[in-house]
Amino acid sequence: MAPVTLTHQDFQQTATNAVILDGVSKAYDGRTVLQDITLSAAPGEFVCLLGASGCGKTTLLNLVAGLDQPTTGQVRVAGNARPALMFQEPALFPWLSAARNVELALRLRAIGKEERRETARELLDVVRLADAADKRPHELSGGMRQRVALARALAQDSPVLLMDEPFAALDAITRDVLHEELVRVWQQTGRTVLFVTHNVREAAVLAQRIVLLGSRPGRVIREWRVELPQPRRIEAPDTSALAGEITEHLRREIASHGGH
Amino acid sequence: MAVTEVDVRDLDALEQLAVADKPIAIRAWSATWPLLLAIVVIAGAWQLVYLAHLKPATLLPSPRDVVSEISGLATSGTLWRDLWGSVHRAVLGFMVSLAIGTPLGVLLGRVRLLRRMFQPIISGLQSLPSVAWVPAAVIWFGLSPSTIYFVVLMGAIPSITNGTISGLDQVPPLFSRVGTVLGARGLTMARHVLLPAALPTYVGGLRQGWAFAWRSLMAAELIAYSARLGGGLGQLLNEGQNLLDESMVLSAILTILVVGIVIELGVFAPIERRVLRNRGLATAR
Repeated sequence: MAPVTLTHQDFQQTATNAVILDGVSKAYDGRTVLQDITLSAAPGEFVCLLGASGCGKTTLLNLVAGLDQPTTGQVRVAGNARPALMFQEPALFPWLSAARNVELALRLRAIGKEERRETARELLDVVRLADAADKRPHELSGGMRQRVALARALAQDSPVLLMDEPFAALDAITRDVLHEELVRVWQQTGRTVLFVTHNVREAAVLAQRIVLLGSRPGRVIREWRVELPQPRRIEAPDTSALAGEITEHLRREIASHGGH
Repeated sequence: MAVTEVDVRDLDALEQLAVADKPIAIRAWSATWPLLLAIVVIAGAWQLVYLAHLKPATLLPSPRDVVSEISGLATSGTLWRDLWGSVHRAVLGFMVSLAIGTPLGVLLGRVRLLRRMFQPIISGLQSLPSVAWVPAAVIWFGLSPSTIYFVVLMGAIPSITNGTISGLDQVPPLFSRVGTVLGARGLTMARHVLLPAALPTYVGGLRQGWAFAWRSLMAAELIAYSARLGGGLGQLLNEGQNLLDESMVLSAILTILVVGIVIELGVFAPIERRVLRNRGLATAR
């Protein structure tokens, strides 16, 4: 499965880091949204960016995705392709079947018809949707659509996968199951994941490293390295303890803004 | 405590419901019987008015008279000549309108300045009855096919162009962002994202464009009447009027109506239904 597994070459270009943000600031109309963000992600690392409203999470991802340019500082990303990006909505094209949605990503990389078809099936198999290949998005549940979107993001064959609160709109049961799925797919494909969320428990379950962002302007407040083995469950004492600690820091940050 | 593994596909199975489609014959019948019933009701009412002798039979023929007039016209070949004359003009005119209106719509939809210049004019043209163009066209082109096609084009192009523009307007911005992330640019963005996303509204524009083409054609054929132009349903109307033959006039009107219904039900309704169903937008009726 060539498009899924990363080769060594992808990493040699940046030597040690798949994503580097170096003193990145972003301002819109003189209002600073992101302030002096410096962070990096090692190849294959799963990093969660966690923050309350107004921390500029989405702006940060847009900068890494190359959809926007920083006001100052530098963003560097491994690989030749632009990073894959998943949104809160699946944003599948409703006129294409699940397989065709995935194939479109391959087609826009100028991959031939036969290979497209085969790779799309393989990727749908990775997200365990091989049976739904010919279904249209409206025939799929919310969780299934988001997995098709994941398969499409994997089809971009970028070593870096950016995720903008991809499970926020799903019900709690589906979200729990998809966390396990995402961890499995991440381990299987070796992608570097930058996962933005405002859900502390989600971060505690998924990440190898958690970066807490402060709000207005967005800036790095604190980082945690999470050594707990995968798969994790939020009910496990270690994971809950971590979530509790992070929540405390998050609440302190929020309280510092109100002045109440 | 034991931990149970959940395969995500178990969850999928809970969320999927199989809905079987009804057989096509049943669907076709359930779509057509109300229409057939309406025809019977209207013909019945007509017959009652006829039997009441409100007007002499020469002015208000019975449904039977009109049907026998139509079959007479059909046997003599006049009906087929006129029908073919009109339908082929309408189809040709519609195709040319399509070929002009669509790229024009894409251009106006994507280039802001052009749109601000021309869209108000195009919208105005859409509400201008295209029959108003007939005298102008007769002066420019004489009693020639060009006159007729000109009027048809002026009727159909604004609808098709406007349909294309509003189709492009309604493309969710998120789709464009996804396209950009996936590496689509310019032409590939149009081909794989913008145009397919605009399709439902575009088809609505085509449907309206056809209706305008057909109406404009009838107006043009009726007014720009000349033996040199060959047959057409508008000419048949004109002949009926000149002969004071109400049966002939009503035959022509019925034929024009039937063509409209057949194209609507046989061409546009299935296309639209398919486009909407594919996207999960079709509502059960």
